[in-house]
Amino acid sequence: MKYKIIVLAKQVPDTRNVGKDAMTEAGTVNRAALPAIFNPDDLLALEQALQIKEQNPGTTVGVLTMGPPRAGEIIRQGLYRGADTGWLLTDRLFAGADTLATSYALATAIKKIGGADIILGGRQAIDGDTAQVGPQVAQKLGLTQVTYAEEILGIEDGKATIRRHIDGGVETVVAPLPLVITVNGSATPCRPCNAKLVMKYKRATCPAERPAEATKYDYLYEQKPYLNLTQWSVADVDGDPQQCGGAGSPTKVKAVQNIVFQAKESKTLSSKDSDVEGLIKELLNEKIIG
Amino acid sequence: MANYYTDHPELEFYLDHPLMERVVELREHFYEDKDKFDDAPVDYEDCIENYKRVLEIMGDLAANVFAPNSEDVDLEGPHLENGRMIYAAKTFENLEAIRKAGLSGVAQARRYGGLNFPNVPFSMLSEIVSAADSSFQNIWSLQSCADTLYEFGDEDQRQRYIPRICAGETMSMDLTEPDAGSDLQRVMLKATFDEKENCWRLNGVKRFITNGDSDVHLVLARSEEGTTDGRGLSMFIYDKRNGGVDVRHIEHKLGIHGSPTCELVYKNAKAELVGSTRLGLIKYVMALMNGARLGIAAQSVGLSQEAYNEALAYARERAQFGKKIIDFPAVYDILATMKAKLDAGRSLLYQTARYVDIYKGLEDLQRCGRELTAEEKQEMKKYSRLADAFTPLCKGMNSEYCNQNAYDAISVHGGSGFIMEYKCQRLYRDARIFSIYEGTTQLQVVAAIRYITNGTYLNIMKEMLEDAVSAELQPLKDRVAALVAKYEAVLASVAGESQEKQDFIARHLYEMTGDIMMSLLILRDASVRADLFARSAHVYVRLAEADFARHEAFVATVKEEDLENYRAE
Repeated sequence: MKYKIIVLAKQVPDTRNVGKDAMTEAGTVNRAALPAIFNPDDLLALEQALQIKEQNPGTTVGVLTMGPPRAGEIIRQGLYRGADTGWLLTDRLFAGADTLATSYALATAIKKIGGADIILGGRQAIDGDTAQVGPQVAQKLGLTQVTYAEEILGIEDGKATIRRHIDGGVETVVAPLPLVITVNGSATPCRPCNAKLVMKYKRATCPAERPAEATKYDYLYEQKPYLNLTQWSVADVDGDPQQCGGAGSPTKVKAVQNIVFQAKESKTLSSKDSDVEGLIKELLNEKIIG
Repeated sequence: MANYYTDHPELEFYLDHPLMERVVELREHFYEDKDKFDDAPVDYEDCIENYKRVLEIMGDLAANVFAPNSEDVDLEGPHLENGRMIYAAKTFENLEAIRKAGLSGVAQARRYGGLNFPNVPFSMLSEIVSAADSSFQNIWSLQSCADTLYEFGDEDQRQRYIPRICAGETMSMDLTEPDAGSDLQRVMLKATFDEKENCWRLNGVKRFITNGDSDVHLVLARSEEGTTDGRGLSMFIYDKRNGGVDVRHIEHKLGIHGSPTCELVYKNAKAELVGSTRLGLIKYVMALMNGARLGIAAQSVGLSQEAYNEALAYARERAQFGKKIIDFPAVYDILATMKAKLDAGRSLLYQTARYVDIYKGLEDLQRCGRELTAEEKQEMKKYSRLADAFTPLCKGMNSEYCNQNAYDAISVHGGSGFIMEYKCQRLYRDARIFSIYEGTTQLQVVAAIRYITNGTYLNIMKEMLEDAVSAELQPLKDRVAALVAKYEAVLASVAGESQEKQDFIARHLYEMTGDIMMSLLILRDASVRADLFARSAHVYVRLAEADFARHEAFVATVKEEDLENYRAE
């Protein structure tokens, strides 16, 4: 059987490698200081999609992302690993979206694409940490959803068998296609970029990403159509601007508080053996290690 | 995220060498694949960008897969089960990552599924893998056996085997036998033609075969009954799918534990001839060995880099007598010397790789039906000779430097370096084989000596002295020029000595050649990128002068009768 798979992926600031300039004085994320990466859980979702493709010849995998023009890199990262295509939703009207407006935009784009047999996404993104977008997309499209998926064990007779990672263990569920699946952090790591695919797609870009001035490789975009990535605005996906971006986001950030550890919450230890020994004993007593 | 390629900008520097444009256009047959393959480059800059992108992939795998796996690989090593070799679990993981990243068959032509890389970027990939796990570099770089299969096999053999290597199957070169190590003319494994099945059959034993249970073997065997020398040997392909070869034993080694060293028993194994009979050793193995020697040079440079990195990190961290040990002259001297040997050795590696690439590139154009012009034939001759001269210098010097750096990394670690928890002990064990296999350093000297005495190196040195260097480096260059003059005088002084004395002092002449050649190379590099190489140029030239003086003194005082004091009683 051939399946049509869409992977939802987000470009996020690399919050796992935070330096001291990670936050602006105003308390918002300093995006310039953090490298933009493929959201880790979404990479795991991509791996599941690529495994389904390997097991089911003829299956296609497309990467759908929303963000500024440079988020085209997410589509390339998908292509480098074996995805067939991708779509970038980029428009000022999409900006400032909370999970409701994001899932509206993604669901609208999925309808524009013509739907899919399987829609995969990471459980959550490392910037917002909400884990809401996948489930909201399922709800908006009226599809079954399976969350916390660790492995898609197989697809047969229009049903997917999926192992979920739950509190205290795992459970295996069977769900009918079409289906939205969000993938847990415990799933198999994603494969590396493939050398030939990187060489093939390294110049693949959305129009918005290309520099204004001409380059000597511009002729390639006519010669090799696969180097032109699809870029859609709100109008391109027939979206309602009122439900997109800031306008469509009921979530308002009222205030951001910096957490500053008080002296009573922290302890300063020296590198003396006695201090180290004391710390080990304390951690053992509190069953933090053992 | 750590990346073995982008973390060492010294590597990228060698992709931008002026000779690279020629290397690339030859390897790409003037970009003839650009409309045939989506991954083929359209021009020189595009191709260099491809190399960089692929090096980044390998740099990522090395830092984030192979290096974290390396300790487990070292501790577990391969197993023998029912005549089959089973890799350490983490070696399988490494191989799977290579397969998925499409980094096998890197140097093979696109029409067979390869990436069509020349030796320069291939050696960089090798270096990167070796820095992370040199035992895995053995398994990975044996894909180079496919070069020999391509050069000497027929089109049908290329089409049947090379795509399998590009898909991730592994190779081995089955040469050594219990009584045929350095002296391969003694190979006894018997090849007989089976008239009934219309194929060759191999019978006998091979020993010390790296990755000996590979998918596709190149085997040196005696096809001419009654012969006893190299002219009776031919090369064969043994395909593991056909069966007939069992692993009898896996060696327990000092280092490179992850790399299986096998003893193989051939029992009527079906095989096919490569090229013509009788040319196995004298032509095909020689070609195979030259490629393998360049591979060991790259393996050495990679490990040298890792030894330096480990030593540097430890010296910055470790405090004694109230300060970091890196601030003591005795320690920073060691570190700067390590870095100088590393940088100078790497420069020699890529100089050699460029020479090999230009001659192989022209040779391949010819093989693919292009008539070479008179100038191109001249060019091929020149670079073929340079490649032959530089390969043994490059392998011997780099493998020795690597051992010195591995030793010094432990020195910097002090007592901790002797403890098995620290990586430097593995580097020290792993490095030891580099100056032994694919021809010991003593044999590299034998291969290089004629280019020393016939003036090949001297002429290159003089040519290199013609190149201008930056004003700051001129005083250094003058010192190297003085060394070249002394070198010429030493060569003149030993001409006409007995063969025995020539052999006796050969190692000294070889190292003097290395001292000067690498001084000239690092000077050129420092002239272009002072930020990367100026320090090493200063340190290396002083080291070279001191080393040169030692050898000069040795050679000057040895008389024929002195040999009596050395000869074993």
